[in-house]
Amino acid sequence: MAVAKTSKTAANVPQSQEELISGSEAVAQALRLADVDVISAYPIRPYDTVMQYVSKLIADGRLDCEFIVAESEHSQFEIVKHACSVGARAFCGSSGVGWMYAMECLAVTPSLRLPYLAICGNRALDDPGAFGTEHNDAMCVRDLGWMLYWVETAQEALDMTLIGYRAAEDQRLSLPCALCLDGAFLTHSAQIVSVPPQDLVNSYLPRFDLGDRVLHPDNPISIAPQANEDWLMEIRKQMDAAMRRAPEVIREAHGEFHRAFGRQGGSPFIEEYMTDDAETVLVGMGTMASPVRVMVRKLRAQGEKVGFVRVKWFRPFGTDEIRTSLQRFKAVGVVDRDFSLGAADMGGVLYNDVRATMYDAQRRPVISGFIAGLGGREIEEKDVLEMFRRTQQAGADGRGGEVTWIGVRE
Amino acid sequence: MASTAVEVIYRGIFQKTLAGTLVKTLVLAAHREGKIGTAMSRYGDSPERNGIPAKQFAVIADSQDELEESLAKYEPKATDVSICLDDNMCKGIESWSWYGVQPINALVKPGGLLIVTSLRTPDLLLRHIHWRDQPYRIAIVKAEASLGGLWVYRDDHTDMRLLGAVARLAPQVVGLDALVQSLHEKGLADQPYAGDTEGDARAWAPRQAAGQQPIPVGQTKLESMQQAYEAATDRPVAPGEGVEGNRLTFEKPGWKDMRIGVVVDAPKPGVDASIEVFKKWSTRTKRPVVNFDTCIECDLCWLHCPDECFVPTPEGVYDVKYESCCGCGVCEEVCPVDRCIVMVDEIEFTDLESPYQKWKRGEPLVAPASGGGAKYGAAAADGNTGNAEDRG
Ligand code: SF4
Ligand code: SF4
Repeated sequence: MAVAKTSKTAANVPQSQEELISGSEAVAQALRLADVDVISAYPIRPYDTVMQYVSKLIADGRLDCEFIVAESEHSQFEIVKHACSVGARAFCGSSGVGWMYAMECLAVTPSLRLPYLAICGNRALDDPGAFGTEHNDAMCVRDLGWMLYWVETAQEALDMTLIGYRAAEDQRLSLPCALCLDGAFLTHSAQIVSVPPQDLVNSYLPRFDLGDRVLHPDNPISIAPQANEDWLMEIRKQMDAAMRRAPEVIREAHGEFHRAFGRQGGSPFIEEYMTDDAETVLVGMGTMASPVRVMVRKLRAQGEKVGFVRVKWFRPFGTDEIRTSLQRFKAVGVVDRDFSLGAADMGGVLYNDVRATMYDAQRRPVISGFIAGLGGREIEEKDVLEMFRRTQQAGADGRGGEVTWIGVRE
Repeated sequence: MASTAVEVIYRGIFQKTLAGTLVKTLVLAAHREGKIGTAMSRYGDSPERNGIPAKQFAVIADSQDELEESLAKYEPKATDVSICLDDNMCKGIESWSWYGVQPINALVKPGGLLIVTSLRTPDLLLRHIHWRDQPYRIAIVKAEASLGGLWVYRDDHTDMRLLGAVARLAPQVVGLDALVQSLHEKGLADQPYAGDTEGDARAWAPRQAAGQQPIPVGQTKLESMQQAYEAATDRPVAPGEGVEGNRLTFEKPGWKDMRIGVVVDAPKPGVDASIEVFKKWSTRTKRPVVNFDTCIECDLCWLHCPDECFVPTPEGVYDVKYESCCGCGVCEEVCPVDRCIVMVDEIEFTDLESPYQKWKRGEPLVAPASGGGAKYGAAAADGNTGNAEDRG
């Protein structure tokens, strides 16, 4: 149960308002609307922009919450974990090496089934010191029971913060959720965002209730005692069972959101663009969607049957949706903004997940892999064109399995 | 064509090196006989913490394939020899989490051997040891539990004496010749006993009082082993001989029945604070005995006990829940009244009954009749013992 507070905003904002805000600011606005109780912070670019907007909301009297500046990311994530265990709706986030420094806390949170929301402002892992976007930081928790969503726009950042809380806090899941925002491209770019009224959000997002797992003197429990070989596998199985339920809960959360706000309809897991009669599609996550769509339109104008499939929820992976979608195409190119050195065919993480998904499809497309946009390097139109050409060629040859680094200087 | 297994049950940390030396020496010596083996520790039985019962094993086989067959299991299911390095553990051992209590002789094969380092007789130990439905043998190596530290080894020749006893009483594991050869090869055979670091007189006096012969300074390891070989005897234990003891067992729930989020119930105010499935008592070597007559009801024991063992009573004194006591001795330390709480050797006791109830009935809290001798008798009797009736 979240601590009861009076909202200072509901009365004077009856309608949705349009604001020009960045992805980070959109998250901050959503936190205000979600009436978050505890936020922990430690500066690291690009996550620090969220901190900045949250502090401003608090200073302006628009958000009433505990804002705790920790001395490190490790403490930052411990703080929200514990806050969550006493029933507070909590928020936290980091980027790159900061996210990695919090790894111990990130790893234990799913087994404790504490559903706070975090953002990972994707950033390349040092060394060398770098700021640009790369998905490897968030990818590090992909096996651990975190739900992961790759956001494309500022509007989506706001919407997904609300949807994320609703899904994560659902008693059937009770799993932590991280929204992944491409550093700079999304965190630092202002877009027109529709900010919904408080009443509407209140009707969509129920109060956080941990039930009989809330740590309180009236409910004496012990969380996370040592567990040996006799117990751990059952605990992992419980987490697995929750993740297996996640697609259904996510569909519900998106469906309800669509009914209430008129956005985020369609599949929560993928978004298809110009795929109806497509023969060749690229698949990718996050902000790379823009340059890809631009090139899709240009190629379409020349009569080429190309399209794009954006993967949105990455954990749980939209296995059914992706399988059903991609088996319609002749050739598929998967674009990874991450690397998984030494993996099967030296491919990226998304590439190999997609290939595993398609292995049991009725029809298997020819699948090529691309590593692109690492360290925040721009994925330019010419890069997208090259990826389409290679994917088409692989389709024509009937031979997939090749992974190419795109846009790297020879 | 056969394989043999030896289990060493020891006190975590304090006897880890001793247990390791035993199993490794056995495997190496057996190798001299042309056998092949492995030495392994299985802390799954307990994470290795101070005093918690833990195990190490030596598995020895005639061939690689046979060895592999034995190793495909997490730990041997049956042993030729089980060695217990602290006689307090004869009451059974409980691991750190939810397994229940395992009798000390649980793995001993029919006709197999249980060796205990103890200053007591087999008969006295059998008042604590669970009965088995099969015959086996028990042997004593007369020695007080040899306790070291994580990095400190108490080189009091307990290792040599146990090895000698194994060679004599279970030669199928390894023979004396191979052990001697192995000691020579490692340059240990002629190593003389250097005296106890605590000072010989102080270290040996209580052991001597209880019947353990001191090792003369200068006696070599080889001599200690050979002497133990000559002296070793065993006593057959008939099926059914022993006690019912504490046989705490329980069903482990499936994942659907377990609470999610690694949540377990904590003691609720006014409700029995002990966790049903982990009693902890086998981790202790001593238990606190409270002299309720001199207790001034200051609450300090109740406040400081890490396991919430002290239970308020109408009289204002605190009963002790022995099932949950880990034997840390904190209560003895904080009690302001001289010798009001005294830590007494666990093997003096055969039950876990409420001392408060006994006190109310006018019964003695300790019956120092289990053969511990002067050292234990003195401590136990101090203000706590009415008589010396043997309740075994
Ligand atoms: S020895 Fe004393 S303080 Fe320690 S667990 Fe036992 S009763 Fe509690
Ligand atoms: S600490 Fe000693 S004197 Fe105080 S209540 Fe406990 S037993 Fe009594």
